[in-house]
Amino acid sequence: MEFAELIKTPRVDGVVLHRPFMPTVEGTLCLTGHHLILSSRQDNTEELWLLHSNIDYIEKRFVGSLGTIIVKCKDLRIIQLDIPGMEECLNIASSIEALSTLDSVSLMYPFFYRPMFEVVEDGWNMFLPEEAFKEIETLTDEWRLSSVNKDFGVCPTYPQLVAVPKAVDDDTLRKVATFRHGGRFPVLSYYHKKNGMVMMRAGQPLTGTNGRRCKEDEKLINATLRPGKRGYIIDTRAINVAQQAKARGGGFEQEASYPQWRRIHKAIERYNILQESLIKLVEACNDQSQSMDRWLSKLEASNWQTHVKEIVTTACLAAQCIDREGASVLVHGTEGTDSTLQVTSLAQIILDPCCRTMRGFQSLVEREWLQAGHPFQQRCAQSAYSNSKARLEAPVFLLFLDCVWQVLRQFPCSFQFNEHFLVLLFEHAYASQFGTFLGNNAAERLKLKLPQKTVSLWSWVNRPQEMERFLNPLYEPNNLVIWPSVAPQSLLLWEGVFLRWNRSSKCLDEAYDEMVHIIEYNKELQSKVNALRRQLAQLETGDGLLETP
Amino acid sequence: MEYITTPKVEQVKLLDRYTSKKPTFGTLYLTTTHLIYVENSSDTRKETWILHHHIAAIEKLPLTAAGCPLLIHCKNFHVVHFVIPRERDCQDVTYLIFQLYPEMHMFGLLVAKHEERIGWATVDLKMEYERMGLPNDLWEMTDLNKNYGICSTYPADLAVPSAASKATIVGSSKFRSRGRFPVLSYFYKQNNAAICRCSQPLSGFNARCMEDEQMLQDISKANPKSSFMYVVDTRPKLNAMANRAAGKGYENEDHYSNIRFQFVGIENIHVMRSSLQKLVEVCTAKSPTMSDFLTGLENSGWLRHIKAVMDAGLFLVKAVMEEKASVLVHCSDGWDRTAQVCSLAGILLDPFYRTIKGLMVLIEKEWISMGHKFTQRCGHLEGDPKEVSPIFTQFIECLWHLMEQFPCAFEFNERYLLEIHDHVYACQFGNFIGNCQKERVEMKLQEHTYSLWPFLLERKQEFLNPLYKSSINNEVLKPNTLPFNFKLWCGMYNRFDKGMHPRQSVLDCLLGLSQQKASEEEKMNELQKPWIKALTWSHQTKASSARSVYLLRNLAWGCPHLVPSVSPRSRTWPPSLMAPRRTRREVVPVRGIWRETPAADPGESKPPSSEVLPWRP
Repeated sequence: MEFAELIKTPRVDGVVLHRPFMPTVEGTLCLTGHHLILSSRQDNTEELWLLHSNIDYIEKRFVGSLGTIIVKCKDLRIIQLDIPGMEECLNIASSIEALSTLDSVSLMYPFFYRPMFEVVEDGWNMFLPEEAFKEIETLTDEWRLSSVNKDFGVCPTYPQLVAVPKAVDDDTLRKVATFRHGGRFPVLSYYHKKNGMVMMRAGQPLTGTNGRRCKEDEKLINATLRPGKRGYIIDTRAINVAQQAKARGGGFEQEASYPQWRRIHKAIERYNILQESLIKLVEACNDQSQSMDRWLSKLEASNWQTHVKEIVTTACLAAQCIDREGASVLVHGTEGTDSTLQVTSLAQIILDPCCRTMRGFQSLVEREWLQAGHPFQQRCAQSAYSNSKARLEAPVFLLFLDCVWQVLRQFPCSFQFNEHFLVLLFEHAYASQFGTFLGNNAAERLKLKLPQKTVSLWSWVNRPQEMERFLNPLYEPNNLVIWPSVAPQSLLLWEGVFLRWNRSSKCLDEAYDEMVHIIEYNKELQSKVNALRRQLAQLETGDGLLETP
Repeated sequence: MEYITTPKVEQVKLLDRYTSKKPTFGTLYLTTTHLIYVENSSDTRKETWILHHHIAAIEKLPLTAAGCPLLIHCKNFHVVHFVIPRERDCQDVTYLIFQLYPEMHMFGLLVAKHEERIGWATVDLKMEYERMGLPNDLWEMTDLNKNYGICSTYPADLAVPSAASKATIVGSSKFRSRGRFPVLSYFYKQNNAAICRCSQPLSGFNARCMEDEQMLQDISKANPKSSFMYVVDTRPKLNAMANRAAGKGYENEDHYSNIRFQFVGIENIHVMRSSLQKLVEVCTAKSPTMSDFLTGLENSGWLRHIKAVMDAGLFLVKAVMEEKASVLVHCSDGWDRTAQVCSLAGILLDPFYRTIKGLMVLIEKEWISMGHKFTQRCGHLEGDPKEVSPIFTQFIECLWHLMEQFPCAFEFNERYLLEIHDHVYACQFGNFIGNCQKERVEMKLQEHTYSLWPFLLERKQEFLNPLYKSSINNEVLKPNTLPFNFKLWCGMYNRFDKGMHPRQSVLDCLLGLSQQKASEEEKMNELQKPWIKALTWSHQTKASSARSVYLLRNLAWGCPHLVPSVSPRSRTWPPSLMAPRRTRREVVPVRGIWRETPAADPGESKPPSSEVLPWRP
């Protein structure tokens, strides 16, 4: 397919662009295979370059021969294009619709994007499982890296290498995989250095209605327990949801079969509910009406904050079991690709200071989301404005980022990165020039040859000149476990994402810049004083200038 | 003192409402001014002080096996939950607190033992009117009310249009509720528009008053460039209409020339009181769900009221700034909603009021002097509970919302607001005692009490906003008042629930940096001294070298004013050289700040709550 076929009208003059909190721009609208471009053809005026893949939904309106297209983006921004001429407008609209919903991944922009910068450190090789495991190896010999899934035959959504208990061989793993949803047998997610406790994740056990057992599964997870110790299984579903799953062949670990494990159910919602929640929340945030009661009731009805609280609470529970109770934990929901990952990754943020660094957080996203098989392609296909009935779309990753933001807000000095970085990840998960978030799992990424054909987001973000924007000036390494508060008063609406386009950020940006300035100035001052001291000491000994005559 | 039959109770348990932390045991002491709880733990002495004057209510909960639970609610939203082992002791404590309450001599609680009376001159309202540009051709100061004869709740010095005659003023005052005739609140000298305030007219269904109409015309004329003025009734229309039946009401546009009449719909003190009560219930609920919390917040109506006040303030600013029109504001008596709206408009219009000193002046001017009934609204003495209402609290909260939207526009930080709010209820200082100036003069407050303001100025360092930028400070603030801009002020209503707040404070970090900056600059200064000596000497010995000049230039970093004057030929140094100019943020270190620096704190953080782990092995 040629993009040209989809572009009926490549260029329209005299188009007026309206954007929130920016002056309107009149100029020429151009459509390319991947971008919607508006240029005023004047120097110093900002142009609009919008990825088609960032467009969530468009609306058309006509007044006489003046057409208006309202473009609703996946990053929640809404822009308006006034296009003279009905035919042009219709052509543009249908082109945008076609180009923003390409059905083949390999036609996506990352396959066409050529970086304008030199790739110094290739992001595709930065966080390989074998590298990540090296550190664990230095701490314990109870785990090994298995290549049982080398051809993705055992579990299509796992990477080729996974960490499993050393005592369990690959054959056992194959058997366990048949007992777990999607073949997702329990694997190591996190090793707590402090006490050697671990967090594992898996798919639900396929017990079904007649309570099927799997000795190998029991063996596998028991192999992670110290003698005489008990562990916790955190099921991210409410007990009734877990019960219902039995009818469809799923289920949960029966006490009788897993006597050494204590099972706790938490109620993190599933994806279609989350998607509805996001739609409602964004609708509430975009409502410009003046009524306070309406805002609060819509905010409440969206349930978004409830989801945030539930996820943070569950992650705290997992972290508490590991750090305070000295117990190992197994986390799963149904598939083990959504709520499970929210919990395991957030728990690591709480427990592990490394995950709060720039590198460590990238590694966490890579390990616990990308390699762990969170289906980004499916979940991020549509955002809050889509009218089509959501099937697989869900803001699972956005919710995770929201939770990280909540913790960051409560511990503003403990993270090496800032809020902008979280917003960046949200944007790129939904639409990007980089290949990082394409595909649904490691197998798909390999098939698409992403490392060869696309650039990694990490290659770009880790360049010093880019990274600077994402560093938290207040960062002081903090080696402690950080326990966030989960009281409703402590969990705020993430304004940086949800109100970003609904109000001017001028004053808040100014405050941020001022804070950076103060910190920078202090650093400079200190180094200057130190330099002076040195010089003075030098002169006192060397020059003899200070000898009184 | 003779009342205190039970000066201390031992083995009292203090429950932490929020964290899963184990309750502490300690001793409860009763003094004439405070309840003091001292924890038993041996390593650090931890004390909780509760001022009797802050106690709003005591709740005795049903007896439990552990003892007698006593819940103390304070006016600054501190809720303390004690369990006293013996019921007898509990009764004694409760009885004593009740006994001490009316017995409390308000003026006895002097905070400092200064010999001379100080501080009452810190805020001088005459100077404030001068700053505003008064007197001028259009406005003048009048002492018609010097004996509080025309209006007992107004101060002696008032600003009125120069054109208004005594007869007009007196006549107008007779047509206004409690004699509160229109007077100047704020003069916007940039365009001569004025904000004036008064109480409702006694218009009933059809009454008129020539003098009052004249008074409004005089105000309107005092803004020659505008052909009309706004009259803003801050009440909901329904309330204002109901007042007509009682012979009060609002201005009839047909009777006054060139006025534009506007309702802004702020509810009355009774609605605000019950709204706060609901809000506090929401904030003190035990582990509510997110949904409970948001629904509770909505049902309390609190944020709706805050938004209404903010909208009204913004309306005034737009009228004055954009339409260049004068505005007359009133509610019923003109001492609650009117005070809120006028003072808020002042904050938005005038950067001076956004400084530490400026806020003091504003509070003195619009609240204390204009007769906001602090004694009654704060319930200082036992009185009619229906007169208590959190009107001033709402004003303070509006400031907090503004600070959230404009983080660089205020010289002070959140702690300043909380400190002032504490003192409004504490009565340690005389400022907020009494309902109006006349009462204060009769009580000879200035002789018997200290003023709060010098005390706060002394501690200025704690209250500074490190992000304050005076450069943007000339702007008029126009807050966004869409509902999503308003959120619960956790720092006020859950202030004492430490577990709910961010565990690391950006403010503390930045305040720490300010001090560090000051000390580094001092070090720099010290390091420069031997240099200067050296250079002067090398001069005298004609041994000046290019190198020492270079080094000296380096030295001058951080004091840019030094650079041009540094030259080997200058023999005498200007005195300013030795003391680099200090900026506003860098003076003496403040006690306690470093102890609270962030990195140390998170160690104390606890897993969120007992609800998290349902099972203990």
